[in-house]
Amino acid sequence: MSAADPGWNDAEPERLYVITRGRSGLAETTFALVTLIVSRSEPTATMQPEHAAILRICGSPLSAAEISAYLKLPMSVVTVLLTDLLGEERIEARACVPQAILPDRALLEAVIHGLQKL
Amino acid sequence: MDFRSSETVVGPHSADLLPDSATMAVKVVIVGGFGVGKTTLVGSVSEIRPLTTEETMTQAGEGVDDLAGIERKTSTTVAMDFGRISISDEMVLYVFGTPGQERFWFLWNGLFEGALGAVVLVDTRRLEVSFEVIGRLEDRGVPFVVAANAFPQSPTYPTEELRAALDLPPEVPIIACDARTRESSRDVLMALMRYLYDLSTQKLTTPPHLTTPPHLTTPETP
Repeated sequence: MSAADPGWNDAEPERLYVITRGRSGLAETTFALVTLIVSRSEPTATMQPEHAAILRICGSPLSAAEISAYLKLPMSVVTVLLTDLLGEERIEARACVPQAILPDRALLEAVIHGLQKL
Repeated sequence: MDFRSSETVVGPHSADLLPDSATMAVKVVIVGGFGVGKTTLVGSVSEIRPLTTEETMTQAGEGVDDLAGIERKTSTTVAMDFGRISISDEMVLYVFGTPGQERFWFLWNGLFEGALGAVVLVDTRRLEVSFEVIGRLEDRGVPFVVAANAFPQSPTYPTEELRAALDLPPEVPIIACDARTRESSRDVLMALMRYLYDLSTQKLTTPPHLTTPPHLTTPETP
């Protein structure tokens, strides 16, 4: 396998398999699309490039979905990468609001108020 | 090794950075048939240039049992546009537009999980494309409002005619909108929030389709 291979396609499952070292991300439940991620350390030279990229762009809070968009990687792959970084305490994950069947009133009031300013 | 260094990944524009005080994120999902204006709505209401996230959907080939023993899986990359609205210094609202192909909406891991609610965007010329999704939202207990996007050629129907055509319960709000304008798109989200608020104040009279907790329903395979 060569990185210079002109046929190397971003969408190829094989490449994603290498990035995640074979893990699927399906079992991970810590990260939702809107879990906010903030870096807690600087990228290092020996780090996998994808891990370094996440640390670099998460100086300010970014949702997992935004990380997926900027890295151009599927959510399930991003989930695996975030799990690695969280395990090493290199990121902070701000979990989304736990959701009952219906959201609570104070939360909805805050959203309505925020939308009114838009 | 992959030569793509981390330096080649371009992060958010400095104007799009969230304050460090942002600790809470919520989301709503916009569903609707192909070409009803989901991406337009997301774009007009978002504070940031809409982004695209993707997921790789791997499915064992359907109806190919005769190939038993042969590892045959189909893998498709499905994309979804989303935008962001800052609600306060602490709270952010994300607005996700579902992928064009309906069969992927409910396969996307966690798309509806934790969503405050959904907006069903319809084109009055093609109401029939919305029947299935409305049924599936009801099955999963996701509260929703219906927004009829005004296309120049779309006939406008009285709300009650739309309600009858879509077979909607009386309490589900139906709003007319123009997804191209921020104000109108914002009003659609407001209508959803007000509806959710009303539901939360009258839990005892919650319609039957909202009584199944989403996590207890099994995602259907198309």
